[in-house]
Amino acid sequence: MIIVKNINKSFKGNVVLKNIDAEFSKGKTNLIIGSSGTGKSVLLKCIVGLVKPDTGIVEFDGRDLISTPYKGQKEIRREMGMLFQGSALFDSKTVQENVLFPLEMLNFRMNRGEMLDRVNFCLKRVGLENKNHLYPSEISGGMQKRVGIARAIVMNPKYLFCDEPNSGLDPQTAIVIDELIKEITEEFDTTTVIVTHDMNSVVTIGEHIVYLYKGEKLWQGANRDIMHAEVKELKDFIFASELMKKIKALS
Amino acid sequence: MLSVVGKYFMFIGSLFINRERPSVYIKRIIDESILIGTQSVFIVAIVSLFIGAVSGLQTAHNLISPMVPLYTVGVIVRDMTILELAPTITCIVLAGKVGSNIAGGLGTMRITEQVDAMDVMGINSASYLVLPKVVAAMLTFPMLVSMAGFLSLLGGYMSTVFTGLLSSYDYVYGIRFQFLEYNIFVAIVKSVVFGYLISTVSSFMGYYTKGGALEVGQSSTVAVTNSCIAVLLADYFIAQLLF
Repeated sequence: MIIVKNINKSFKGNVVLKNIDAEFSKGKTNLIIGSSGTGKSVLLKCIVGLVKPDTGIVEFDGRDLISTPYKGQKEIRREMGMLFQGSALFDSKTVQENVLFPLEMLNFRMNRGEMLDRVNFCLKRVGLENKNHLYPSEISGGMQKRVGIARAIVMNPKYLFCDEPNSGLDPQTAIVIDELIKEITEEFDTTTVIVTHDMNSVVTIGEHIVYLYKGEKLWQGANRDIMHAEVKELKDFIFASELMKKIKALS
Repeated sequence: MLSVVGKYFMFIGSLFINRERPSVYIKRIIDESILIGTQSVFIVAIVSLFIGAVSGLQTAHNLISPMVPLYTVGVIVRDMTILELAPTITCIVLAGKVGSNIAGGLGTMRITEQVDAMDVMGINSASYLVLPKVVAAMLTFPMLVSMAGFLSLLGGYMSTVFTGLLSSYDYVYGIRFQFLEYNIFVAIVKSVVFGYLISTVSSFMGYYTKGGALEVGQSSTVAVTNSCIAVLLADYFIAQLLF
């Protein structure tokens, strides 16, 4: 479980996050949603430690990442996997080398053969068993996301973070990626935190949802409750598209 | 300005604290040495050969007089080459080639979140990415400068002897006349210092790139400009210190 308490963050006087409290449960897909510029990605970066919040704590099963010394932070980070918005694959490495990279750098117990077995298992798990020797520039955006997922799970993480996993993907591929993340969360029993503004993801895989509006948390709950939430800003966000308006009218 | 200098020194510090395993760096240093060193051989060879040829030619034209022994051309070309042209001009060229490459590469990694990906994994990205570049530059620059010195003297020979301005004996006698080995030491010291400065300044500019493709280009430009300034300043101070 990840617990976020009293997170505040501002950049040069511009307040981005205000007193954010949230809990992200183990074995569930936890979503942080909101419009563009509401601080979702900054909150995720605060959680994973890429941005240091002005105040607040981020606990990973009782261990505060922010106040922990570097060595302890490294231990917590070894239990993390992250899928970035643009996949963030290393251009100079092949698909296989990208997935192998965390193992080579951080896993001292496995020999080379075991590492390659693990890489092949992860690539097979995301449906990319025959793409080992291709470079990121030689595969599609959807495949890059899948390689990103394979790299994120190769260390068998306890915590999985995804920043806009569907951005730049067509609707069908977006669904495939969503389902893959959901399956992996259940299979690996990870605490998964996903930043998105895709309502399809909210409806299909969002087990626990945190809604941010202008840097503040306005609502949190399960996806079955989100359609009935009595928060005006959230309603405006959910029913912004014509499709969602029609679904609402039908229901 | 002061805050940037402070940030630079903190960046340098971050390369050495919380490093990864030594075995990780060995392979990276070899790879970077190939990138920085081997791939710069052609441009360094061309530049140094022509600079040597031009300086030989111009010195010969200016000094040919019954009052000045002909071998003086060789002496001047040798000292210019070893003390200034080979280390400083070669490193200015390398600041353009290697510096922009380092800043552009790291800048692109930064804006495409590849650096963040390493940080999330718990890898010291600055140390992993930059330290091998610095070591590789400090190892390969002296080799490139040595090669540049040799080719520059060869260029001087070709331009003066083949055009009939000097005899082969005069030129070779000149470059051996009252030769000081200490000058070679100075050139090597310069190349090591310049290698360090170019690699760290360029890495610093690239590592802290913010924005998009436009800013990567700007980082590369600033990296080259700042590297050149750093090289020229260091050149002056080394000359003051070692002579």
